[in-house]
Amino acid sequence: MDKLPRWADVVLVPLICLIIAFAFCGILIAAIGQSPLQAIWIMIDGSFGSTNGLGYTLYYATNFIFTGLAVSIAFQASLFNIGGEGQATLGGLGVALSCLLIPWPHWSLALLGSLAAGAAFGAAWGLLPAWLQAKRGSHIVITTMMFNFIAYALMNYVLVNLLRPMGSMDPASARFDKAYNLPKLGDILGLVGIPFSSKNPANITFLIAIALAVGVWALLWHTRLGYALRAFGKQEKAALYAGIDPVKITIYALLLSGGISGLMAVNAVQGAAHRLVLNSVEGAGFIGIAVPLMGRNHPFGIVLASILFGFLYEGGSQLAMGTTIPREVITVLQALVILFTGALPYMVQKPLEHLFAKRGGAK
Amino acid sequence: MDLASFLQILDSTIRLATPLLFACLAGLYSERAGVFDIGLEGKMLVAAFAAAAASYATGSVWVGVLAGIGASCLFAAIHGLASITFRGNQLISGVAVNFLASGLTVVLGASWFQLGGQTPALVDGMRFAEIIFPFAAPPSETGDLGLVGGIYSHVLSGHSILVYVALACVPLTWWVLYRTRFGLRLRAVGENPAAVDTAGVSVAGLRYAAVGITGVLCGLAGAYMSMGLSAGFLREMTAGRGYIALAALIFAKWRPWYALMACLLFGLLDAIAIRFQNIDIGVLVIPVQFTQALPYILTVIILAGFVGKAIPPRAGGEAYVKER
Repeated sequence: MDKLPRWADVVLVPLICLIIAFAFCGILIAAIGQSPLQAIWIMIDGSFGSTNGLGYTLYYATNFIFTGLAVSIAFQASLFNIGGEGQATLGGLGVALSCLLIPWPHWSLALLGSLAAGAAFGAAWGLLPAWLQAKRGSHIVITTMMFNFIAYALMNYVLVNLLRPMGSMDPASARFDKAYNLPKLGDILGLVGIPFSSKNPANITFLIAIALAVGVWALLWHTRLGYALRAFGKQEKAALYAGIDPVKITIYALLLSGGISGLMAVNAVQGAAHRLVLNSVEGAGFIGIAVPLMGRNHPFGIVLASILFGFLYEGGSQLAMGTTIPREVITVLQALVILFTGALPYMVQKPLEHLFAKRGGAK
Repeated sequence: MDLASFLQILDSTIRLATPLLFACLAGLYSERAGVFDIGLEGKMLVAAFAAAAASYATGSVWVGVLAGIGASCLFAAIHGLASITFRGNQLISGVAVNFLASGLTVVLGASWFQLGGQTPALVDGMRFAEIIFPFAAPPSETGDLGLVGGIYSHVLSGHSILVYVALACVPLTWWVLYRTRFGLRLRAVGENPAAVDTAGVSVAGLRYAAVGITGVLCGLAGAYMSMGLSAGFLREMTAGRGYIALAALIFAKWRPWYALMACLLFGLLDAIAIRFQNIDIGVLVIPVQFTQALPYILTVIILAGFVGKAIPPRAGGEAYVKER
């Protein structure tokens, strides 16, 4: 059967999945006696209606770009890393240690230190599952999942017993030095004369995330390592025959993936919270699974999908504030997006293929 | 540690192991048939919610059980549809099922009961009664009964019916799996579906049957969570138990009797973590977080194959495509 034209595969399939997911949620909102149209208006107005709302949207999107790219890069090598949550948690520990222990002279150096520490800690948390997969054949999905829980327990221990300031009951670290606060996106845009609110947590890390997306694109399609990753993902045996070492590739893929997950903490921990809290990742690691599915596993699509999920996240908070609709409606929407784009692609793709085949035949 | 607290820990071990055991056996059927299921957590959660909601609405614990099983089976059907009929990615489908349950229970719960996602507390008749064995002392009596009497009265007796159902499911599963034609075919379809297909047996039919059993057992696990272990549904009340059950399944290498052992072990760890916070063993203090993480650490060690290798069913995770 004829394959779909590329534009249909890239644009139409995710769009149809999104529409189905939105339709289901609309029905759900109507079923609990609320107006779906009013709900969607509150979401759009809240997250795009003001530069402050937009700032929150971009802040969340930044988190999802990191976790989405992380899942995606492992996906290219056919490795399903669902440990982004744990890797980002450990990244947070790295960022916090760098900010608390080292006396940085300037925020820019503190930022570099955080980037290095976050990536290193995140990558380290991905290393053991990668090694176990490559050397011992332990299924990476299960090990990364187990490592999420181990990371949570470890973080709980570290915060309660080691990093908690004296006299505090809160399982959280001390606040970082104010001098390490990252420049807000509003301040940066203000420099070039664009008025943008600074009351939201969006910060310079958003620009780093965009740059990283370009970097990942270049790595995957314009370097030897990227080629090896993709070849290994497409056809393991052929890659092996071409002299690509499966152990090395698996470990590289997970180091990159874990490192990028860890970078998320720069945005959430140094950029927004200014201290390490127990649940600093707030589920962004799991949204990172939905993002590449929606973005067709391409960095450009991932940035767009991240902004979409950022909108959903911020819109969900607006819903919870402005109506009696709980913000968990967004979790349902996210689940449906994952279900339709990730688990049921044939359900949307097959009828479309038929449709295009028919049109092609009629010509 | 005195006898009373020793018995108390054993008692809560059995209580805490019960939902794990149901979920673990649920996963066993599905994975032995070649369908990976990381959505056990979601099915338990939605079942716990449906059970508590229905039980509160009707005042009958049994309607609650049926509602829990129904909701869980519905979610199992989604997973089955995605991974058997539409040949989608079983892992992604499982992730989706978990998210769906986590969101849906809160949205529906908050709008039905106006309690921020939880159901009202269930009173007598809406939850399971405790079954007292003949000659056993009632749970309120704390007098010295000796070791044997204490175990009989305080550990074995005094649980709700589902605890005994869960325990009975272990030999039943063993019998079904190893002594019936259905069980043989179920195991075969997880190892070599092409052979089953050649023999003229429907691969999809067998897998749907297995996923259906998974739904029923997860339903019982959830019903026990909200109507046995506690009195009502709380948001995210399964708290990762579905993943611990999955860990237990791997730990048991997909075998029923070992699943019982693994679930009791993980239940014991949970009971210890709840009873004692940090354990001082003289040389060093074991933090409670370590006890909580131990099931996951043990599973990783088992998966790594350092202590006997855990080999999953060979055709697990792959949809079966008939040759043309």
